[in-house]
Amino acid sequence: MSDIYYWMIPLLPLLGAAINGLLGKRFGKTFTSAVALGSVLGSLVLAIIAFVLMKAAPGQRLEICADTWINAGSLSVPFGLVFDPLSGLMSLVVTGIGFLIHIYSVGYMGKEEGYARYFSYLNLFIFFMLTLVLGSSLPLVFVGWEGVGLCSYLLIGYYYKTDYAPGAGLKAFLTNRVGDLGMVIGMMTLFAAFGTLTIGDILVHAGGLSPEAGFGVLTFATLMVFIGAAGKSAQIPLYIWLPDAMAGPTPVSALIHAATMVTSGIVLLCRLAPLFQLAPITMNAVAWVGAATAIFAATIGLLQRDIKKVLAYSTVSQLGYMFLGLGAAGFAAGFFHVFTHAWFKALLFLGAGSVITAMHHEQDLFKMGGLKEKMPITFWTMLIATLCIIGFPGTSGFASKDEILYLAFLKSPVLWVIGVLGACCTAFYMLRLLTLAFWGKPRDIHAFRHARESHATMTAPLVVLAVGSILAVGLGWPEAFGGSFAIGKFLSPSIAHGQIDAHAAHHGSHGLAWGLALISTIIVLGAAWFGWKTYKDGLTIAEARASRMSGLHKILFNKYYVDEAIERLILAPVRCFGQFLFKRVDVTVIDGVGINLPAALTRMAGDFVTLLQTGRVRNYILTMGLGTAALIWLFLK
Amino acid sequence: MNHWIGNNILTFLIFAPLFWGLLLLALPNKLSLFTKYLALIGSLGIFVIAAMRLLPLEPNNEGVMFSELAPMFTLLNIPVEYHLSLDGLNLWLVLLTAFLVPISIAGAWNSVKDRSGSFFALFILLECAMLGALLARDLFLFYIFWEAMLIPMYFLIGVWGGPERKYAANKFMIFTLAGSLLWLVALLYLAVNAQSFSPGDMAQKVINMPFSAQCWLYLAFALAFAIKVPLFPLHTWLPDAHTEAPTAGSAILAGVLLKMGGYGFLRFAIPILPAAALHYAKHFAILALIAIIYGALVAMAQKDIKKLVAYSSVSHMGFVMLGIASFTVIGAQGAMMQMLSHGVSTGALFLLVGMLYDRAHTRMITDFGGVASRMPIFTFFFIVVTLSSIGLPLTNGFIGEFLVLNGTFVSGFSWGRVVAVIASSGILLGAVYMLWMVKRVFWGPENASPGSGTAHLTADLNVREIAVMTPLVVLIFWMGLHHITFTGASEPCVTRLLEDAEAPPPARALFFNTPDQTQKDTQQDTQQDTQQGAQ
Repeated sequence: MSDIYYWMIPLLPLLGAAINGLLGKRFGKTFTSAVALGSVLGSLVLAIIAFVLMKAAPGQRLEICADTWINAGSLSVPFGLVFDPLSGLMSLVVTGIGFLIHIYSVGYMGKEEGYARYFSYLNLFIFFMLTLVLGSSLPLVFVGWEGVGLCSYLLIGYYYKTDYAPGAGLKAFLTNRVGDLGMVIGMMTLFAAFGTLTIGDILVHAGGLSPEAGFGVLTFATLMVFIGAAGKSAQIPLYIWLPDAMAGPTPVSALIHAATMVTSGIVLLCRLAPLFQLAPITMNAVAWVGAATAIFAATIGLLQRDIKKVLAYSTVSQLGYMFLGLGAAGFAAGFFHVFTHAWFKALLFLGAGSVITAMHHEQDLFKMGGLKEKMPITFWTMLIATLCIIGFPGTSGFASKDEILYLAFLKSPVLWVIGVLGACCTAFYMLRLLTLAFWGKPRDIHAFRHARESHATMTAPLVVLAVGSILAVGLGWPEAFGGSFAIGKFLSPSIAHGQIDAHAAHHGSHGLAWGLALISTIIVLGAAWFGWKTYKDGLTIAEARASRMSGLHKILFNKYYVDEAIERLILAPVRCFGQFLFKRVDVTVIDGVGINLPAALTRMAGDFVTLLQTGRVRNYILTMGLGTAALIWLFLK
Repeated sequence: MNHWIGNNILTFLIFAPLFWGLLLLALPNKLSLFTKYLALIGSLGIFVIAAMRLLPLEPNNEGVMFSELAPMFTLLNIPVEYHLSLDGLNLWLVLLTAFLVPISIAGAWNSVKDRSGSFFALFILLECAMLGALLARDLFLFYIFWEAMLIPMYFLIGVWGGPERKYAANKFMIFTLAGSLLWLVALLYLAVNAQSFSPGDMAQKVINMPFSAQCWLYLAFALAFAIKVPLFPLHTWLPDAHTEAPTAGSAILAGVLLKMGGYGFLRFAIPILPAAALHYAKHFAILALIAIIYGALVAMAQKDIKKLVAYSSVSHMGFVMLGIASFTVIGAQGAMMQMLSHGVSTGALFLLVGMLYDRAHTRMITDFGGVASRMPIFTFFFIVVTLSSIGLPLTNGFIGEFLVLNGTFVSGFSWGRVVAVIASSGILLGAVYMLWMVKRVFWGPENASPGSGTAHLTADLNVREIAVMTPLVVLIFWMGLHHITFTGASEPCVTRLLEDAEAPPPARALFFNTPDQTQKDTQQDTQQDTQQGAQ
């Protein structure tokens, strides 16, 4: 396959975006859908071919270089793509799930205005996401990185005429930019250390370093890159944007804010795995931040009423697990969770979207109920996804999460305990969500009466995603339970990069693995049962319990008041400081004292001298006389 | 005729606008309606000729693409030469100027109602001064053009400006004049010492001067240039001038006039006084850093969109100064790129704000809200330019900032890394003030109060306005995708400039080797002398 076809993989969706952006409105919805779906399907097909070719290539790695992009002095960055197991698999996820969500969107967005705009943004997102995944150098990855942030901003603010959506978009973009700052600083550090920004070269150089040599630099650089990853992948404290991002259309939440964009932080860390392996301090930070995020977000998710908010906090929490896996040196395990999570979380969001449409855009779980019989496809697929996410034995979620928890235990048992507690919360809130939506009596009779199963364009993707969620397990059934953890071996050319075996050596015994899995499974199933029991007969039990623990309930329901704290402690002071600089420094000091005061003094001096010009001869004679006297005195002194 | 232009293209570029402008000024009042057509045609013609004639030129060994040299007169027995030259350092600034003038004229087509004839005539005269300043190599000539730029600008602001125009025009005039007067003293001091107005001779003379003298001279040079940039804390003329100036004036002020400051540093201040420039690099880097962050924070506090854009210029031009102060090829190339890209995107922003103002007669952020539903095409352009302004990769804004930051980080100065890390926060702050403004102006429900700006927005951009914005947007992406088109030429110049500046004195001043053979020979002689002396 010649180079141009590889470039077509990201560029086809860009072309689709351009066509739909310029012409979509004129040619109608059928045209728009055809262009949007066709371009993504095209790049899916090409990605599959490229994937097959990559498997056969020597070293399982293809690098394609086009023109130079940035060039100044010793800094040179080409436009280049890398096809290796990691980027190949991820581009399949992006185009594959992306395509399904495009199909779903045809049904979901069918009645919305701005149909062409929506698909234009969505295609643009696929372009940037593929650039992020395939880019061969850090600046090119950064193109995708900022680009997906832009698409996220545009799509969150899709309902731009509303009050809340533009604010949510702004919040997402700016929080991401905080992380991007880390990325930029990380890039500068790596460039100063290695003299190149091409990922392959950096890793080769890093492999040659002794652990002591570049320790400080590497620690700093990797920490900065991790800040970037934390911004995009919604880790503490930069997770705040993701729940608000649910203001966007639901398919967007599924594609961008669950399956693909938010996992790009993990993908990037996997790309740079050998570098992170050399920085143990960063690895610890990654693991602990991940664990903290996993439990923190899960507790918030326990009490949210908005169905999408529950799923959003669940995503934050699951991303925390992925980072926990990476930090425990399980890059393959972390990425495996990216892979499985992409399927079942996309499915959960699309299922939620199906419910929301059926309920006439009602997102409050407390107003749903009893939809099980009315929406069987949505119900059964969501049930499958729920079983996956809580880690029901045998599911893909079980396989990936168990691998992470096992590695976490090897790193520190405390991390394992945190992870299991998080999993326990996950089981509770997921069963709560499912029960409130599908079991019990309908709490909003009117909406319930009109509810019916969604159109085939929406249910078909649900079924495909459900099948995918189940089958995903085949890629990485843990070795302890008789599997081969195939994904670990598959990814090793990308992650280990020939030098370091990134996939943590399994120190523990299979007995330990069985024991840990057994304990966590029992706890999780208990929590799931508890969640179902609490909500299966409506809200009475939950309300009684909430009033008993009103303090805790209030804190959790208000998300630990993090948004309020950030507003008061950071945003408001910065705004005040800006005002202060403008009014006091710029206007008063520089302009007032520095500019206008001398100007006024000059004018006053002029006015004063004007007083001397009286036009009266006798005054002049007096001045002359005084002057002459002074001169004589000076000379004779 | 064609032949003559080809042989004297630089002279043509300066004097064609001069004659055209004077012609327009002399048009009888009855014909003043046609002035803008003539101004547009004339400036477009100049741009086309400049692009066609200048782009095919190849640099010679010294990096010079074209030069014109003739004796003019003597001043205090010092010869003043008519020396114009084009090299990688000014090629794209010249083209940017020639490009932005017709764009600005077309962008402000109907904004000027009163005495529009004189307005457009002055605008063309301004082009003459700007191109002259960019092309002049003789410092006396440069000084004349440098000061000449003030005159048309003073009138553009003072006559056609907003309500505070008199204050703004006076401030602009006196501020810049005060800076250049000190510089003139330094210039004359150097000229008398070197018995020449050629920067090469001056640089030669400077080598033997006491270091303290070099420092004072450099500070005098830097003051004039830093005011133009403008560098904190000498920036306060800019928000007033920008806000009060008519749209076309703001666009050209941001697009070209500010660049003269950065250009002055690279062309004259650093090559003539390299030791002092190195000595003060730290101070200027810190001022630039303050400008980046200060400008952004103050922009955040603005209520007027135009003033916000003006303060964003302070922040963006801080990156230019930082890149220059980094004394690395990457940083200086970043500064060149940042100058060009700031010219395009801030010029575009001012034009867009002007288009909004023409319709709504207000620029207050709170008067808007929901503009996107009224003017989708305008919104599209505004968002694209905003993205370029906040430095999104694949647009022009990213390249300049990224190069400047990397150049500063690897500069080898003890302060380089810290300053680069802190300066990178400008990337975040830029997004904060721009996108926050975009949110309040464009998104959300339409501002329903009867007197609001949104209520006046009845028509989206017309064909002329789209035609004005389209080339700017094309440039934004072109610069972002292939910046080598624009900075490839300046790289050898910048490299040589910095090598010379950092080299020990005998090897210095090579940068000024011009096709003028005699000068070159004397320089080589002097160098040999010094080297022999050292041995």
